[in-house]
Amino acid sequence: MAIDAATVRKVARLARIREPEERLEPLAQELNTIISWIEQLEEVDTDGVEPMTSVVAVALPLRDDVVTEGGDTRRILSNAPKSADGFFIVPKVVE
Amino acid sequence: MSDLTKLTLKAALAGLKARDFSSVDITKAHIEAIEQARGLNAYVLETPDQALAMAAESDGRLARGEGGALEGAPLGIKDLFCTDGVRSTAASKILGNFVPAYESTVTSQLWRDGAVMLGKLNLDEFAMGSSNETSAFGPVINPWRRDGSDAALTPGGSSGGSAAATAADLCLAATATDTGGSIRQPAAFTGTVGIKPTYGRCSRWGIIAFASSLDQAGPIAKTVEDAAIMLRSMSGHDVKDSTSLPVEVPDFASYVGKSVKGLRIGVPKEYRVPGMPAEIEKLWADGIAWLKDAGCEVVEVSLPHTKYALPAYYIVAPAEASSNLARYDGMRYGLRAGGPSLTDVYEESRAQGFGEEVKRRILIGTYVLSAGYYDAYYLKAQKVRRRIADDFDQAWQTCDALLTPTAPSAAFALGEQSDDPIAMYLNDIFTVTTNLAGLPGLSLPAGRDAQGLPLGLQLIGRALDEGTLFSLAGALEKAAGFTAKADRWW
Repeated sequence: MAIDAATVRKVARLARIREPEERLEPLAQELNTIISWIEQLEEVDTDGVEPMTSVVAVALPLRDDVVTEGGDTRRILSNAPKSADGFFIVPKVVE
Repeated sequence: MSDLTKLTLKAALAGLKARDFSSVDITKAHIEAIEQARGLNAYVLETPDQALAMAAESDGRLARGEGGALEGAPLGIKDLFCTDGVRSTAASKILGNFVPAYESTVTSQLWRDGAVMLGKLNLDEFAMGSSNETSAFGPVINPWRRDGSDAALTPGGSSGGSAAATAADLCLAATATDTGGSIRQPAAFTGTVGIKPTYGRCSRWGIIAFASSLDQAGPIAKTVEDAAIMLRSMSGHDVKDSTSLPVEVPDFASYVGKSVKGLRIGVPKEYRVPGMPAEIEKLWADGIAWLKDAGCEVVEVSLPHTKYALPAYYIVAPAEASSNLARYDGMRYGLRAGGPSLTDVYEESRAQGFGEEVKRRILIGTYVLSAGYYDAYYLKAQKVRRRIADDFDQAWQTCDALLTPTAPSAAFALGEQSDDPIAMYLNDIFTVTTNLAGLPGLSLPAGRDAQGLPLGLQLIGRALDEGTLFSLAGALEKAAGFTAKADRWW
């Protein structure tokens, strides 16, 4: 599966990273090199193998669905690029 | 007074407890050493005022005969650990001047035990790299140089600051993290000891995430016993990390010096890769001989899927990274750029904030997770990962631990591998398997190459069997007698 400039454009859009037009072709080449190296995995027989989704053989713990920490607007906003009146200020989302 | 920086952590703790010197004394000695070593670029933030305040409090506790397991010991903290009120960057521009309002669990345990923070240590951006060259602060310089050369060498990565600072006596020990080899390869490149414990030993809470199913914290230290002392404080169950294991933390240091007689050591034949330098072959043979002398039985084992570990890793890790790093959107913290539309801000903030290697990995991860490719790449990699874990289970039928080289070369020059991503990725060929399988791996310095650079041996153990690794590492450390330090040029 070869990656072309159009694929890079699409993936960059999905990843929300702006890539200038002149970078698409070089990036396609870089990604192709890496992906074709990765594709040696096809040699491995994985028929009937359960995918490994958890590294440790323990069930994920559950806890009561209650607030454990919260109500601290000042700390939460302390790194906001823009905030006012206890809210994050973000660009207009709905036209 | 500056001799205090030369102490091991163990010796320093004994001296502090005996009141031979104060925590303020040893902290000041380290602050001075750090100021003189700025050319190494190991620290991205020095916190001398905070260090001295913490040291003074430690001295108070020591004077009252109180104090924890690390009381008064000055440490360096990899800048991937969030520290309350102290800038934490992951060496990325996208975090800008992010100042956490909380403390990572691992570092909070170090402070609970009385340790003193000297500052935050440089790393590859988001821990993605094997040479420290992807850091937004520029690379760390290895204190070691080739004999008769002043070429700047890499300390390895991603925990290059942690390794260089420990090797150059700019801290008694340091925290680090390891996703594919980021503790062990830098330890090998700098003549220090590093251990990546079993996945789940150390809480990941408050550590800036790279690849959540692989990331694990651990120490870099001057000796095997120092690493054991550090790991005990860093480990333990934490309800804030659902993958943290609810198991007892052993006194790891008590395993150092224990007899290793009768232990069976596996030597995996697949780790004899083509093109491996003769010096590393020899070091490996030395390690086998030393363990035989100590009474171990050495057996050859097979880990047939070893060659597929790195390609599997370069699906799993970028996939998890692309998901984890989606949070950097310029809204709640970090860099905000571009406009006026929301999408423009997302795309421009991330374009300006992330470095090239991080972008490359996000793009790979987004690609392998995108519609139509998930089964072919991500699911396939998860199945191969199972095969790799099964290989280890098979090996444990005939041995108790594995001995391998840590890295396929000694430290290389800055710039030497940065043009070829795959060549750079191959640095982790011997270390990445344990991340995929969640197993503990320890690197210790065991010899030097013809140019005088340190080389490391790696021990791999069963899940939660760090104790055996510390016993074996103790035996190897004694036999290797590696005491060399980098000649000071900085």
